[in-house]
Amino acid sequence: MKIEPPVLVFPSPSKSRNRNIGDLVFKNLTLVFAIVVLSLVFVMAYEMYKGSSLSIEKFGWRFLWTSVWDPVKGDFGALPYVYGTIVSSLVALVIALPLSIGVSIFLSELAPRWLERPVSFMVELLAAIPSIVYGLWGMFVLVPVVRKFIGPFITRYLGFIPLFNGAPYGFGMLAAGIVLAIMILPIITSISRDVMMSIPNTQREAAFALGATKWETTKIILSNAKSGIAGATLLGLGRAIGETMAVTMVIGNMPQISAHLLDPAYSMASVLANEFSEATTQLYLSALIEIGLLLFAVRIILNAAARLIVWSVTSKFAQ
Amino acid sequence: MELATIEELEAPTMEIPQATQPEIKTIPEKMIAQNLNCFFGKTQAIKNVTLSIPTQKVLAIIGPSGCGKSTFLRSLNRMHEVAGGTMTGTVLLDGLNIYDSDPVVVRRRVGMVFQKANPFPMMSIFDNVAAGLRLNGLGDKNKVNEIVERSLKQAALWDEVKDSLNKSGMSLSGGQQQRLCIARTLAVDPEVVLMDEPASALDPISTAKIEELIYDLKKNYTITIVTHNMQQAARVSDYTAFFYVGELIEVDDTKTMFTAPRKKRTEDYITGRFG
Ligand SMILES: Nc1ncnc2c1ncn2[C@@H]1O[C@H](COP(=O)(O)OP(=O)(O)O)[C@@H](O)[C@H]1O
Ligand SMILES: [Mg+2]
Repeated sequence: MKIEPPVLVFPSPSKSRNRNIGDLVFKNLTLVFAIVVLSLVFVMAYEMYKGSSLSIEKFGWRFLWTSVWDPVKGDFGALPYVYGTIVSSLVALVIALPLSIGVSIFLSELAPRWLERPVSFMVELLAAIPSIVYGLWGMFVLVPVVRKFIGPFITRYLGFIPLFNGAPYGFGMLAAGIVLAIMILPIITSISRDVMMSIPNTQREAAFALGATKWETTKIILSNAKSGIAGATLLGLGRAIGETMAVTMVIGNMPQISAHLLDPAYSMASVLANEFSEATTQLYLSALIEIGLLLFAVRIILNAAARLIVWSVTSKFAQ
Repeated sequence: MELATIEELEAPTMEIPQATQPEIKTIPEKMIAQNLNCFFGKTQAIKNVTLSIPTQKVLAIIGPSGCGKSTFLRSLNRMHEVAGGTMTGTVLLDGLNIYDSDPVVVRRRVGMVFQKANPFPMMSIFDNVAAGLRLNGLGDKNKVNEIVERSLKQAALWDEVKDSLNKSGMSLSGGQQQRLCIARTLAVDPEVVLMDEPASALDPISTAKIEELIYDLKKNYTITIVTHNMQQAARVSDYTAFFYVGELIEVDDTKTMFTAPRKKRTEDYITGRFG
């Protein structure tokens, strides 16, 4: 028997060429956009490096370890700002992390579907509030509460630990940390929830079938998700470190290094925002730009690491 | 498949009760499902099924896909409710209704192996097998070691993994992962082992290993296996139950079932006329 070759229908050549040109243009155009965005990052890094070279050459690594900030004498050290940023961000993490993990466990493991959607939506809504609003809320609501209630309470009962002590103003690292905690809660929560939800049901079934309780099953899910949650935490940390407006409004803006969380401090982003317009000398400007460069580098590294970790977890189960 | 070819299948030499005895009555029953109805919301997946599961035998459940085999199996260790299903009726385990007991205890006594191997990816091979023991709070290291070794041997995996117990369970092949899951199930010392198409995702060699394993396991365990593959049912099981759209059509000893089914539907199915 003779086998007939299958008849394949191709689009007519001229038409297909036209389409190919359209595709080609589209593809190259998007490629150009992608390259522009990418090179923007490099251009910014280079510009900031150039802008801060005066300060980098003059102070070297000392810039990070000294706390003189004297525009008149032209001596700059960024330690108080670095310190304020790190401490307020860590306070934010300590508060936000348990809350976020709790909420994401609730959303991915416990909540019925009709409740999961609206609660997720509300959490994500927190991220949509402009930071100036957080700042105002911080100044007019949180700071008085810290001054009148939280501050006296913790100095009274935990004051023997230096950490839980300090000036009774309300403005300070604790207030900044609390505002930041609320601001980074949505990102940590929603990514942790996504990571936990990406873990297939077969894992839960495996645990249940072994006689695990709901809580034990959740622990197994958490152990699968832990690096993803770590990634989410890094992203939250990056966000806290870079946050400017809200922190500036509640941290007190005093360049000092204090072990007491209730004391006012300053942050890297805040000093940039406050002093950039007053930077009269080249060196002063250069020192500020160096702080900006540091923020930039730290955030890029944190974000890249976080994305990588989250991606490696979620892709492990997606086959 | 021709009916006559059943003799040619390399069935392991198993003693099969008299073919003239249609019901499983003389065999002691480990579990009995009585008037079982299972639902997903409003859809009914199991309709008034009454079926006994004989002690230390292998019962195969066959039927076209979507007929409720998995649902029935999962109602036997209360996994049906984990997927959000509801049920009515009773399931007795040694005469006691499992739906009156703590599901956690039920699932330790009635273990389950799933269609797709599901080892815990963050755990080593050793920890996977020990996972259930640790849930039970067994802390004695020597005892854990001993049980892990025993379970891996029972699952015919020990020789392949004894030098790499600390490697991730994910480093194993698909067939090995499924045997790892079997070892994990056996480690908590269940009385009944439920298997839902445990070999359907595996290559023929891995499938053969699992079948051999099932044959060995029935000395100590009561086994119920869902399978799509009728040759497999014929090879490994002592009894076969045929389900069709949520109903139990027929149950008999495997040889009778495949040579002289009483119901027309069963015959149509096993001769490949539908399904
Ligand atoms: N999680 C579920 N939710 C809703 N319906 C389901 C679910 N699982 C199974 N079903 C339905 O129940 C019926 C029986 O399914 P199942 O027990 O999985 O069949 P089988 O294992 O024989 O292929 C099917 O109609 C299926 O669509
Ligand atoms: Mg099934």
